[in-house]
Amino acid sequence: MRLKRLGELCKRREGLEIRFILIQNRAGKTRLAKWYMQFDDDEKQKLIEEVHAVVTVRDAKHTNFVEFRNFKIIYRRYAGLYFCICVDVNDNNLAYLEAIHNFVEVLNEYFHNVCELDLVFNFYKVYTVVDEMFLAGEIRETSQTKVLKQLLMLQSLE
Amino acid sequence: MIYHGKHPAGKSKEAEIKRINKELANIRSKFKGDKALDGYSKKKYVCKLLFIFLLGHDIDFGHMEAVNLLSSNRYTEKQIGYLFISVLVNSNSELIRLINNAIKNDLASRNPTFMGLALHCIASVGSREMAEAFAGEIPKVLVAGDTMDSVKQSAALCLLRLYRTSPDLVPMGDWTSRVVHLLNDQHLGVVTAATSLITTLAQKNPEEFKTSVSLAVSRLSRIVTSASTDLQDYTYYFVPAPWLSVKLLRLLQCYPPPEDPAVRGRLTECLETILNKAQEPPKSKKVQHSNAKNAVLFEAISLIIHHDSEPNLLVRACNQLGQFLQHRETNLRYLALESMCTLASSEFSHEAVKTHIETVINALKTERDVSVRQRAVDLLYAMCDRSNAPQIVAEMLSYLETADYSIREEIVLKVAILAEKYAVDYTWYVDTILNLIRIAGDYVSEEVWYRVIQIVINRDDVQGYAAKTVFEALQAPACHENLVKVGGYILGEFGNLIAGDPRSSPLIQFNLLHSKFHLCSVPTRALLLSTYIKFVNLFPEVKPTIQDVLRSDSQLRNADVELQQRAVEYLRLSTVASTDILATVLEEMPPFPERESSILAKLKKKKGPSTVTDLEDTKRERSVDVNGGPEPAPASTSTMSTPSPSADLLGLGAAPPAPAGPPPSSGGGGGLLVDVFSDSASVVAPLAPGSEDNFARFVCKNNGVLFENQLLQIGLKSEFRQNLGRMFIFYGNKTSTQFLNFTPTLICSDELQPNLNLQTKPVDPTVEGGAQVQQVVNIECVSDFTEAPVLNIQFRYGGTFQNVSVQLPITLNKFFQPTEMASQDFFQRWKQLSNPQQEVQNIFKAKHPMDTEVTKAKIIGFGSALLEEVDPNPANFVGAGIIHTKTTQIGCLLRLEPNLQAQMYRLTLRTSKEAVSQRLCELLSAQF
Repeated sequence: MRLKRLGELCKRREGLEIRFILIQNRAGKTRLAKWYMQFDDDEKQKLIEEVHAVVTVRDAKHTNFVEFRNFKIIYRRYAGLYFCICVDVNDNNLAYLEAIHNFVEVLNEYFHNVCELDLVFNFYKVYTVVDEMFLAGEIRETSQTKVLKQLLMLQSLE
Repeated sequence: MIYHGKHPAGKSKEAEIKRINKELANIRSKFKGDKALDGYSKKKYVCKLLFIFLLGHDIDFGHMEAVNLLSSNRYTEKQIGYLFISVLVNSNSELIRLINNAIKNDLASRNPTFMGLALHCIASVGSREMAEAFAGEIPKVLVAGDTMDSVKQSAALCLLRLYRTSPDLVPMGDWTSRVVHLLNDQHLGVVTAATSLITTLAQKNPEEFKTSVSLAVSRLSRIVTSASTDLQDYTYYFVPAPWLSVKLLRLLQCYPPPEDPAVRGRLTECLETILNKAQEPPKSKKVQHSNAKNAVLFEAISLIIHHDSEPNLLVRACNQLGQFLQHRETNLRYLALESMCTLASSEFSHEAVKTHIETVINALKTERDVSVRQRAVDLLYAMCDRSNAPQIVAEMLSYLETADYSIREEIVLKVAILAEKYAVDYTWYVDTILNLIRIAGDYVSEEVWYRVIQIVINRDDVQGYAAKTVFEALQAPACHENLVKVGGYILGEFGNLIAGDPRSSPLIQFNLLHSKFHLCSVPTRALLLSTYIKFVNLFPEVKPTIQDVLRSDSQLRNADVELQQRAVEYLRLSTVASTDILATVLEEMPPFPERESSILAKLKKKKGPSTVTDLEDTKRERSVDVNGGPEPAPASTSTMSTPSPSADLLGLGAAPPAPAGPPPSSGGGGGLLVDVFSDSASVVAPLAPGSEDNFARFVCKNNGVLFENQLLQIGLKSEFRQNLGRMFIFYGNKTSTQFLNFTPTLICSDELQPNLNLQTKPVDPTVEGGAQVQQVVNIECVSDFTEAPVLNIQFRYGGTFQNVSVQLPITLNKFFQPTEMASQDFFQRWKQLSNPQQEVQNIFKAKHPMDTEVTKAKIIGFGSALLEEVDPNPANFVGAGIIHTKTTQIGCLLRLEPNLQAQMYRLTLRTSKEAVSQRLCELLSAQF
């Protein structure tokens, strides 16, 4: 049933957009989940598990792209963390692959050598970083300088 | 920092839950307390709730406090409030009104930080209520002269979100022309956001946004010709604004090539520059540099293909992709194969693509990632034409022998289509399809074998060859059931063409087919019965032999109604009809009407319409004879005149259950993560999730897929006779990597062991990537039993230890032999078994739709005979059979009474042994 719903949504909209962004560790713990489509909680849980199963069996010789239902996952592994973006099948793979890296470089700069625990304890800041760089499933801002400047400004308000 | 020194999870799950419940109780009491909380505390607790929610626990309070935070004047409090709303959206109407009110205030605040938070919240939630409230407001924010850049960025994407969810609520107006001019904005972040919005709007309203083309071209031109440092912040690893370039190129794909020659010339220059840059030495060795550069390159190639009007650019694109086919980066090889696939359909570049055939074939053989091989298959399919079809079909066939299960069915379809489309010589076509069935019979769908029959029937030059070939193929001791179907059909129609050869005389043909009969499923047997009656007409000399077969109890009194009816009617027909009538009734099938190939339709359905249709449309012009395909239309073309089953003489329209279907899609199995991370060998894993359901599915059938996850597929085929059985277990390695130390173990509990004897040999401990190994289990039922044995599989995959356990569906009812009996016998025995210990009854709710035919099939599949006209109430089902064990035989009677109104069943089992009644009742109840 869920599969069908996803399929319908995919057909109905021709626009290209990110469907969700996930950060997971090797054990499958979610460190960030940002959804750009409506899913209920059970669907989200199922998607999280499926993405983990699909991504963790792949090794360095594999591509960074994997077909996933009617979509594809573009992912990159950093130490024990998988950063995954789910997009439409005919979207630009390399652009999202580097969007992930751009995002990771911002996190790294913002948290001064980011580690998994930073994402756990500062989850509310991570959401802010995501919203600065991705909004409504689209890439919003790509300049690291601009994003960091804005983040520091917001930090000063705390 | 709010969570100073607090651990997200306790030592164990229980400890965590305990800790969290304590915390939730604490927060609840704070919220309910008499003392009004200050903003800081409120924020702290709402944030804690959010944290607990994100750890995976349900939160059912705190919404009101979160909404209160929205009206705070402090950024941190507002931010947590908005985050809570975005993550835990609740379409509680009362709250939505309050939330919208707060958003409205923030949008009007002229404070860019607050406006940003409000816009991000709308963009995250994007509900219809929000669209109603703000769709009119946001365009104003977007185009207002004094709006800050960062707010413009958010407003553009926020509007995009609302347009996607509720396009009817977003009014077009003067703002649209001003939005287009954002492509000229100085701030590249604004351009980036605006381009996404414009692209989506342009897809729906191309006329209104036409002016965006020239603006996008000039923006793109400025980017690609800039020196690598010109754009400062927006240069990423020496590549100027790669994401914006990609977005602009995508926007241009909403339109045909620009009409204005100046704009068009400028765009061509841009595309040439991008292609030229691909040839320049890299400015950095970092992968980020090449990825960003190639992201733009691939998008440019997409645009070139989309325009499909500049032969020079198309060929250059093809050459560039050709270089990538041999690149050491797997990503690039993958993308090159994918992109070349669309190039192959262009008139201008089709020939250029074909020159890479050897590289692509090599990729099929050597790539380690199955998805790359899949793309290679796609590309071979796309580049196939009359000149290279024999080579490509041969390569695909040989790849099929080792191909991953996940893509076999699709390859089968593709081979079948190509073989048909480019067949110059139909003997080649027949050989190819028979090879397909031989190599991958399980994956050959009905459409494929229907199709070969249609073609043979429609082309008389190939009929003799087809008859000879299927006859030879059927000589193999073990041949796939699909081959028996094709063979049965073709010999029934054209067996006479080879009957002159004493080596394939009518009797030999018949004996050959009949030797397969008992191993086949019901639909195939039905088809073979029709072949036999056709033989009666073709070869009068075998008529007595065939009549004997039809007359035998196993046909005339077969438990399956369809088979029984065919046997009865065919026998009668062969006895009463004159030779003339027989010849008329059993005339050769008339040609099928020409229609679109049903295989093609199937492939389109599998792959989504766009990819295949494009390909077909362009190819049609090139291929001389598409041999437009008929679909099976047996019902209307049959000339037979007897009632129901005769309408489709050879069972083609009967929609029999698909023979041994392909594995379910990867989303199917619930057990995706069966202990991937545990590393303790020799411990038997708990049963895989979903195992019970799978187990239940096998109670009434013997073949199918028992278990499947990302790595492993386990298939079963089994047969039982009296108290003995044999089960074939197929272990398929779905990955491209070896499984090591592969050890399946059968485990019978102490209780089960004396009652059920299982014998098997160990399998090879190494299972190659893509390979399938088979294990045979010999089964003997010594005495009645209740539990099922467990199959445990342990192996190493890559660095991880895998441990999977599933219940093996060997159940007591497998040792059933059906017993036919008349009404009075039944009730006599029923009364004899009236001792309370002998009867077990279960009343239960229907879990499936209550369909009479399905119920009948299940009772027969369960193993007992289905006795018609025994129960005075025709809605009830009655069955009888004998359970065979080594030590004894147990007679069983069953009665199933459906109550449609209540959607309930009552099932009663009477046997001479209580435990048997009990177990059979359990097993059968679970089926309805």
